[in-house]
Amino acid sequence: MPAPDPDAPRTVAPTAGPGAAHPAAGTDPDTAAPPPHEPLDRAVFLRGVRAGVPFSVASGLVALSFGTLAVDVGFPVLAAIAMSAVVFAGSAQFATLTIVAGGGGLGAAVLAAVLVNSRFLPMGVALAPSLPGGPVARALQGQAVIDASWAMASRPDGSFDRSFLFGFTALQYATWVAGTALGAFGGNLLGDTDRFGFDAIFPTFFLVLLITELREGRGRGVAAAGALIALALIPFTPTGVPVLAASAAALVGLRRRGLPDPSGTQGDAS
Amino acid sequence: MSVDVWALIALCAVTTVIIKSIGPVAFGGRALPPRAGAVIALLAPAVLAALVVVGIADHDGSIGLGEEAAGVAVGGAIALRGGSVLVCVLAAAVVTAVLRLVL
Repeated sequence: MPAPDPDAPRTVAPTAGPGAAHPAAGTDPDTAAPPPHEPLDRAVFLRGVRAGVPFSVASGLVALSFGTLAVDVGFPVLAAIAMSAVVFAGSAQFATLTIVAGGGGLGAAVLAAVLVNSRFLPMGVALAPSLPGGPVARALQGQAVIDASWAMASRPDGSFDRSFLFGFTALQYATWVAGTALGAFGGNLLGDTDRFGFDAIFPTFFLVLLITELREGRGRGVAAAGALIALALIPFTPTGVPVLAASAAALVGLRRRGLPDPSGTQGDAS
Repeated sequence: MSVDVWALIALCAVTTVIIKSIGPVAFGGRALPPRAGAVIALLAPAVLAALVVVGIADHDGSIGLGEEAAGVAVGGAIALRGGSVLVCVLAAAVVTAVLRLVL
């Protein structure tokens, strides 16, 4: 199995043709015309699928745990699978299970999911200019956002490679639903997966992406601030809230003149 | 279980779709001003750093470093030396599993 390139979306060449490259950098704010969008690229989609393999192994195992736990808590098998299929948000699903298992009510369980999912708000705002079509089409495409695909599909100029995003997420969706079904039907096949160290896979994956991001010489202070904000909030808030609050560290970008350019000469505080 | 499972699933699905739709619907179809672009370009490092911290925090929400933190550190060190994602995550899992076995 070839090792996926963590930098893949950053090396994606713009699709041939005038206007194919995303014009985010240097866009005149006075002429806020919709940016032209790249057509879906099958090769890039498949590259997204391949890049998602290591992550999907981990998410498949976590889904297995979810399926098992959901049935333990009292979900019918079909309901456990349906939840993964229509909610498709691992942290939120575990949060609701925790509430329900603890005797919490419907409102508390849904509120937990909303709080955990709140981190998708800034991610969706960031992705928006890279999505073509009307509001409904954009909303549909926005459903493909999960933490890893969003981070992997981001480009240094602030735009996103949606073909890569869709490919990466498609594999995660398949393994998430399949893993849930396996866990719900088969019971606890592996026992406590934590003893295999699988719980280290997600944070390591994000750390590798972060290291790739910081190699480009920008955002180190922002990353440190984001980590500190998250650290401070973890003891007091549900999982998603520290991540949502940490995203505020990126507001330091408001002090910059424009997008950081590859030479690193732009982006000084104004 | 006192909760209507299907109502729970429906409400979670609807709220998730709404949350993921707000950004694309409200901010799509137009170029964002350059300053917003600068903020967006910095979102990834901020969010990724937070995801790492949340990922290695103890499952009960307290701040504590368990075996997985050591595994993640090894994975990060390999990444710094140019290792592939797959090698990094495998090393992290192995280190974590071995530490749990011996400690």
